[in-house]
Amino acid sequence: MQGMADFFRWLADAHHINLTIFYDSVDQKRFLLGLYTTIWLSAVCIVMSILLGLVGAAMQGARSRIVRAGVQGFVQFFRNTPPLVQLAFFYFAVSTLLPTVSDGHGGRMPMINNTGWAVISFSLFAAAFNIEIFRSGIEAVPRSTVEAAEALGYSRTKAYVYVILPLAFRVCFPALGNNLVNLVKTTTLAYAIGVPELLYAAAQIWSEVLNVREMMWVLLITYIVILAALVFVLDRWERALRIPGYSA
Amino acid sequence: MSNTPLADLPVLLSVRRLPNANTFDGVGAIRMARAIRWPALAAGLILVGAANGQTVGPSEAPDVVGIVIKWMPLIGAAFLFNLLVSVASMAIGTALGFIPGLGQISVHKGVRDLSWLVTQFFRNAPWLVLIFFAMFLLPFEIRVGPITIPLPAWFKAVIGLALPVMANVAEIVRGGILAIPIGQWESAESLAFSRRQIIWQIIMPQAFKQMIPPWMNLYAILTMATTLISVVGIQDSMTVTRSVLVAEARTELYLPFYFVLLLMFFVYCYPIARLTQTLERRYAVLS
Repeated sequence: MQGMADFFRWLADAHHINLTIFYDSVDQKRFLLGLYTTIWLSAVCIVMSILLGLVGAAMQGARSRIVRAGVQGFVQFFRNTPPLVQLAFFYFAVSTLLPTVSDGHGGRMPMINNTGWAVISFSLFAAAFNIEIFRSGIEAVPRSTVEAAEALGYSRTKAYVYVILPLAFRVCFPALGNNLVNLVKTTTLAYAIGVPELLYAAAQIWSEVLNVREMMWVLLITYIVILAALVFVLDRWERALRIPGYSA
Repeated sequence: MSNTPLADLPVLLSVRRLPNANTFDGVGAIRMARAIRWPALAAGLILVGAANGQTVGPSEAPDVVGIVIKWMPLIGAAFLFNLLVSVASMAIGTALGFIPGLGQISVHKGVRDLSWLVTQFFRNAPWLVLIFFAMFLLPFEIRVGPITIPLPAWFKAVIGLALPVMANVAEIVRGGILAIPIGQWESAESLAFSRRQIIWQIIMPQAFKQMIPPWMNLYAILTMATTLISVVGIQDSMTVTRSVLVAEARTELYLPFYFVLLLMFFVYCYPIARLTQTLERRYAVLS
C-alpha cells in the first residue's frame, strides 16, 4: 500500500500526473465516499424504480379508466420532461410544501434531505420508463397462456404474479437493462443539489488540487467500470433466468 | 368595464372577475368561460399548488399567475436558447456519428475495433460528466497559424452534448444498416456493385428510414439534456428560472415556476415522442 502511494507521489512529481486519490488520505476518503454514494444511490433507485414499475404496469391493466389514464399521464409526463428540472422541482419546489422537523439541536430541518429527494426523483423518472417496458413485456405474453392460467383457477393477482410476470420479465429484460444503465448515469445529476456522489467528490478534489485532467479520466473510467459491472450482472441474471425454448 | 392595460393578459384576469361580470353580461361571460376553461384549469392547478405551499390569502393568489406571466418572455427566450443548443449539438453529433457508425461495419478490423471503442466509451459515460469533460479540457481558443478561433463556453457545452449524441447516432447508423436484410447486400453484390456503391446506393437509402424514429427519440432526449449546461454555469432556461426565483424571493413561487418550465419541455418533447411512435409503426421492417 505504501509502495503504491509512493509510486503515485513520484508520478505527480516526475510526470505531473497528479492522482491525489491514491496517496492523499483526505482525497481518497472523499473519493471512496463518492463512489459509495453513487453505488448506494444507484442500487436504491434501481430497486425502487423496478417496484414502482411493476405496480404501475399492474395499474395499467386495471379495469378503471381513470386509473389507466392517471398512470399514462404520469408515464408521459416523466418521460418527456428533463430529469434535472424534475429534480429541481422536487428538491426546491415540492419540498416547500412539506413540514420541517426538529434536527435535535433546536433547529428545524426539512423532512427529506437532498439525497432523499434524489432517490425519489430518479426512482420516479426511471419508473416511468419501467412501466412502459413492463407493459410491453406483459403484452408479449400470449393471450392463450393467460387463459390457461384462468382455466386452472388462478385469480387475477395470482395469475399476474405467478404466470404473467415471470414470462413478461424475461421478454423485457434487455430493455430493462438498458434503462437501468441509463438510471445509473442519471444519478450524476444529484451533483446539482449537492449530494456527495462521485461527480461531486471529483469536482471537490479537482477544484482544490487543480488536477482536472487526471480526475476527469478517473471519473469517466470509474463510471464505465461501474456500468460494465452492472451490465455483467444483468447479463448473468438474464442467462440464469432463461427458460429453454422460450426466448424473446 | 375594464381599464387594465392589455399587457396584463385579460384572459387570465377575467377568471377572478367572472362572478361579477355575470351580472353585467351573462352571455359574454359564459362564452369567455368556455374559451378559457382549459388555460384557467391549468392556471388553477398551479395556484392550488402554490397556495398549499404557503399561507397565501385569496387576494394574493392571482398574483402568482401574474408573476409567472410577467417573467414568461424571459424564461421563454432562455428556453429558445436551449432549443438552439439542442439543434446545434444534434447537427454536430449526427455529422460526427456517421464516422464511428460506418466504421463499425468496416472491412478493416482495426477501424472496426476503434469505432466500437469510441462508441462504447461516449455512450456509456454520463452526459453530465462529458459536459464537464468538454468544458474543462477544451481550450478557450484555438490557434490555427495566424488565426485565433475563440471557443466560448456555450460552444464548448454544445461539443460536450454532441459527444454522447455522436456515440448514440453511431449506434443508430449501425442498427439501421444491420436491419436491412442480408439479401439486399447479396443481390447488389451479384449485380457487381462495389462495396461503397452498395452502402450508399442500396443500403443507406433503405436504412435512413429505419434510422429516423430512433434519431428523433435521441433528439428529444438531447433537448431534455440541454438543461445540464446550467450545471456548468451557462445561462439557460434553468439558470434563468433560478435567478427569477431568487429575485422574487418568495417560496410559494417555486412550485409554479418549475412546473411551467417542466411544461415547456413537455409541450416540445411530447409531440416528438408521439410522432416517433407513429413513424416507428409505419416504418416497421418487412423483411
